Amino acid sequence: MSVIEVSNLHKRYGDHTAVNDVSFTVEPGEIFGIVGPNGAGKTTTVEIIEGLRAADSGTVRVLGLDPRADRAQVRRLVGIQLQESQLPDQIKVWEALDLYSSFYPGGGTDWRALMAEMGLVEKRNTTFRKLSGGQKQRLSIALALVGNPRIAILDELTTGLDPQARRDTWDLIRAVRDRGVTVVLVTHFMDEAERLCDRLAVIASGRLVALDTPAALIAGTAVPGVERPTLEDAVLSLTAVTKAAATNRSQS
Amino acid sequence: MTAAITTANRTAGAPRMLGKLVWTETKLFLREPVSAFFAIAFPAVLVVVLGKALPGFLEPAEDIGGRRPIDIYLPIVMALAIATVTMISLLSVLTAYRERGVLRRLSTTPVTPANLLGVQLIVNMTALVLGSVLAYVAAVTAFDVAAPANVVGFGIAFLLGSAAMCAIALLIAAVAPTSRASSAIGTVVYFPMMFFAGVWTPGPMMPDAARRIADFTPLGAASQAMQDAWSGDWPQPLHLAVMAVFTACAGAAAARFFRWH
Repeated sequence: MSVIEVSNLHKRYGDHTAVNDVSFTVEPGEIFGIVGPNGAGKTTTVEIIEGLRAADSGTVRVLGLDPRADRAQVRRLVGIQLQESQLPDQIKVWEALDLYSSFYPGGGTDWRALMAEMGLVEKRNTTFRKLSGGQKQRLSIALALVGNPRIAILDELTTGLDPQARRDTWDLIRAVRDRGVTVVLVTHFMDEAERLCDRLAVIASGRLVALDTPAALIAGTAVPGVERPTLEDAVLSLTAVTKAAATNRSQS
Repeated sequence: MTAAITTANRTAGAPRMLGKLVWTETKLFLREPVSAFFAIAFPAVLVVVLGKALPGFLEPAEDIGGRRPIDIYLPIVMALAIATVTMISLLSVLTAYRERGVLRRLSTTPVTPANLLGVQLIVNMTALVLGSVLAYVAAVTAFDVAAPANVVGFGIAFLLGSAAMCAIALLIAAVAPTSRASSAIGTVVYFPMMFFAGVWTPGPMMPDAARRIADFTPLGAASQAMQDAWSGDWPQPLHLAVMAVFTACAGAAAARFFRWH
């Protein structure tokens, strides 16, 4: 059974269609990437999956549950990292982990082990305000995992991290997946999508334009004048086509 | 079987979760030393400084019925404490938590933002009660001020006054677009409220016209009601009604307009 089922999702903000008839499923144990240009509707899509926003139409099932109607149950099973959210300035690293773990049945996972895995032990008594951008990001990922979730949804996972920290984070995400957690990753870094994701949903102008493995997306691309296209080339050509089509539609 | 375990976890988990949230928020409250000082220690410090430093504050005065100014000033200090905790501590933490996505982050966990608001009310009200008790103890030990003659009436006035001011803080936090705006609105509300509470013109020294307006402000009503109860009367129905109406209206508007992110 799919862990996430999205069918015919629509969301408009005024005149702007943010999500336009998007459908896909996420299978247990995979790392599922959602990629596309800024403003393509990636974040809106995951926010609907998370139950933070209501869709205008279409259905979402997360582990068979409705993220809005069954909010309480979904919250216990899904760990979420948001793009731009923070903690109180004065909270210490260990306090945040200890506090968030107390929100989950049975106290979630062992937050001390998680703190070590995320390389935050040295910073355990540092307040949130004094953490570097990368450390804040690692703490944020740790908080998404501290409830021992079945699904982790991570938005802009490695934004603000240096190259080494990004690679460490990828290893961590693979380790999380190996424990049986399904991972949904929103990113605009193609190297990250290519190395980490089993399958990718490419979203442009609110529409799902492709859904396949990174290798298949690259293989299916023919870019004039480029001998060996990369995933970035593939995604760019897919999203450029949609953008042109959308422009043509609006002009006609 | 699984359901039974889940239920057991849930029932064992909720008090633990709320307990930890209260404890964490208490620590965070105390880590803002300026605001913690003004909430907890300042009322007592003010009582002592007024009694020791102001001439005539310990002398019986005819225009206040032969009582000493310090005797009628203690309930006013408590009204000031209510205003300080609600318009400064509570308001700034609520707005900052909303503006910086703390509430939004929490809303992705089994905790609801409403849980956090409740915990903030608990922490701030505890600080307020503590500060008021300290002020009382200081007044009794240093200047032999009498206990409130109508304890029940005083308790009602204190609670209702705090509730009205909390509701106003929630409403400002709900409608102010940014932290800066909310602290500006808070300040603009804070100083006139203190005037109407009688901080500068205690008890009968307040001009009649000002008194009539003060009757209809939440803090003025709270201050009057606490002064009445302190001297042995019951709070006037008008004052109780004013506080109740502010609590209900501001509270309902805050609930209606509060955006979690």
